Amino acid sequence: MRISAWSTPVLVVAAILITFAITAGPIIVAGANPIEAYAAFVVVPLTSQFTLLEVLVSATPIMLTGAAVAIAFRAGYWNIGAEGQLLLGAIAAAGIGTLVGGLPPILALPIMIGGGALGGAAWALLPALLRVRFGIDEVVTTLLLNPVALLLVNGLLHGPWRDPVSGFPESPRIAGSAEFPALIERSRLHLGFVLALVIIAVAWYLLARTPAGLRLRAAGLSPHGARFAGINVSRTLLGAALVSGAIAGIAGVSEVAGIQNRLTGGLSPGYGYTGIVVATLGTLTMPGVAIAAIFLGDLTIGASSAARSLGIPSQLGAVVQGVLLLTTVALLAVRRHRSTRSDSGDAGSVTGDVAAEAQPG
Amino acid sequence: MTDIAPALELRGISKRFGDLVANDGVDFDVRRGEVHALLGENGAGKTTVMRIAYGLTQASAGEILVDGQPRAIRSPRDAIDAGIGMVTQHFALVRPMTVAENLALGRSRGMGLDLAEARRRAADASDRFGIRVDPAARVEDLSVGQQQRVEILKALSRDCRILILDEPTAVLVPDEVDALFATLRSLVADGLSVVFISHKLAEVRAISDRVSVLRRGKLVGTVPGTTDDRELASMMVGRPTFGVQRPTDAPAPSAAPTLRIRELHATGANDLPALSDVSLTVGAGEILGVAGVSGNGQTELVEVLSGMRRPTRGSVTVDDVELAGADPARMMRARVGRIPEDRHASLIGDLSVAYNLALERLDDFRRGGRIDEGSIRRHAEELIQRFDIRAGPDDPVATLSGGNIQKVLLARVLSRDPRVVIVSQPTRGLDVGATEYVRSQLLERRADGAALLLVSEDLEELLALSDRLVVVYEGRIVGETTTAAADVGELGMLMAGRGKAA
Repeated sequence: MRISAWSTPVLVVAAILITFAITAGPIIVAGANPIEAYAAFVVVPLTSQFTLLEVLVSATPIMLTGAAVAIAFRAGYWNIGAEGQLLLGAIAAAGIGTLVGGLPPILALPIMIGGGALGGAAWALLPALLRVRFGIDEVVTTLLLNPVALLLVNGLLHGPWRDPVSGFPESPRIAGSAEFPALIERSRLHLGFVLALVIIAVAWYLLARTPAGLRLRAAGLSPHGARFAGINVSRTLLGAALVSGAIAGIAGVSEVAGIQNRLTGGLSPGYGYTGIVVATLGTLTMPGVAIAAIFLGDLTIGASSAARSLGIPSQLGAVVQGVLLLTTVALLAVRRHRSTRSDSGDAGSVTGDVAAEAQPG
Repeated sequence: MTDIAPALELRGISKRFGDLVANDGVDFDVRRGEVHALLGENGAGKTTVMRIAYGLTQASAGEILVDGQPRAIRSPRDAIDAGIGMVTQHFALVRPMTVAENLALGRSRGMGLDLAEARRRAADASDRFGIRVDPAARVEDLSVGQQQRVEILKALSRDCRILILDEPTAVLVPDEVDALFATLRSLVADGLSVVFISHKLAEVRAISDRVSVLRRGKLVGTVPGTTDDRELASMMVGRPTFGVQRPTDAPAPSAAPTLRIRELHATGANDLPALSDVSLTVGAGEILGVAGVSGNGQTELVEVLSGMRRPTRGSVTVDDVELAGADPARMMRARVGRIPEDRHASLIGDLSVAYNLALERLDDFRRGGRIDEGSIRRHAEELIQRFDIRAGPDDPVATLSGGNIQKVLLARVLSRDPRVVIVSQPTRGLDVGATEYVRSQLLERRADGAALLLVSEDLEELLALSDRLVVVYEGRIVGETTTAAADVGELGMLMAGRGKAA
């Protein structure tokens, strides 16, 4: 079987199997049976209603950041700043959430979600403008704005927003009407999960079925070819960057309104970065992002329960995620390399010529 | 059978790449002191069979004999030891190094390199083979023709007796071609054997003692070099060909030119001036050919007219509408059709043929807020039929052959009934069939009253299609003539930058 012919699902499954083979080593070192550990990571969380709902809870923010990253990447805009955009969305939600107490949820929630989306988009605007106007690499600028956003959060929490009652560096609790309702009694699964699924569905429709989505994909696949065909690539990139930032901002809203009910310093344990993993594992497609987010949520819950049941460090979950990302990227790269090589017509390549010519002597 | 064995003989060479048969039982030989041309369309397997002879790739079946003795050639090292040298289309020279250093590279053993010795040897070789190059010159400062001489010298200085040249004239101006042929004739008189790979009939006839024609990986036949063009061409394509030629009737000169360029200046990729004071006009129903060696501003001219490059000064009008600095979308609204030299980069390889055909006017293919997949498909099927594209609507463009990619671009442009067509190197790399088709399509647009600006490095093509010609050199127009009055020798001088002195 040739790698160049592998379909994406086959490739991802292969990456998972290779990952399990590689991470068997550290698991054995940690003193556990790898098979048992994988069962605990992947299968156990799906076997009870409580853990299953927790899987979906932990999938919610990374499904949103994954969608945010995937949209930007599809346009060829390398937004590494979902983390900072998420935090700005959270700041906006925590601020608006305390002000909308007098409104019914049907008004309060859309205002808060919209505000969070604007916050995330605003944080994405500067790097996008720098890229489009001056060609400044957005990988660097979006990444560097992440710690700035975290400083902003901590500045607020240690300054004007410090909780006046407890004195903890946490913002005041948002109004009850601004809290995301639970989807199921006595579970933590909240409206944010439905919101994430709706955004995934809308994003899929926009990308796959509308002229704007086709322009975005064209710009990502070949900026030169897209520009040549009359597509305004700068405007497309700018739009993709802002939509990406807005969705990441909504991830921040979802965590504030659905889980914490206030702004806290530990709101996001790197959901923006995990979004990059989710987008990559989901091969930048929206259904893929949804599945990858749930799978990583499954691993996260599984790793913490395995820590209790098998006595292995819960960080092994992060090790598995990291190795999985690397194997997936490696297999994607190999497939890409193979398929472009087999396309190159008249036998051999320029590099082949030079390499062979350099051989004697 | 002659009593002397051929210098190089290939027997029953077959080569498969997966399902593709590149060579199928090819027999070929070259005698001492002869030029034997290997003629065929792109993808006929010419280069592959010679890469096998030079050890760059291994045959699936067949054997190689040198001076009648079977030789195993598994690498270029083996080939060089057997006295075989090859100059590929992409030179394998280290550009920042001098000629002498490049010549020494393949020969030196061990760590030490005596530069004075290397320079002396290079000068010796240059004298001995009558190939003039300065051993102390840096390769990157040399013209392409001079670099090719270095490559030939490199092969000869490794005691090569059989020299394989892969499309050696593709990069040369007419004068350089003459110089190359003179060099080859004198080397052959001294006993060198030359394999000359080409798809250009005139050159093959000019230099070859014998011609072998390949078609779809198989040897069609071996004929004397005196065989006429028509017969060689029909061996190549497997059927009689007709030359596509502009009708000789002059186009009715229109009152005002459709495309007018005045005092256009533009910079190139490195911000250096690439176009200086270019003025020209193209009338309705006229093809204006732009001749010149590549790199003299043609790319920038086409980019400006495509909306991909902003000129620094000057004016471009179509029907008196100013378009200098317009973006691609505005150029298209002004009904300027654009077919640039880099056809792969002008399409989106990972998208389907249908999407690529619709991409320039997506707004015509929407129903409500969404893409009307049905009408995109019907549109594609119609154009695939009309422009004879050998592909399905859902095939990614990157999987198509060069000829079919060009037809997709042609279909996208010509189906919109353009007033002006900017077209660059339209048939480069295409086989005879696709070339004829593309040329006839361009002439059809001319008959329909479009103004065509045709940039090409192929003088034959320009002479066959253009009503008038301009020659560009270093970003300026250095000559203009009607095709009827054109003198090929003079055009060659102008292209080489020697117009004024001559």
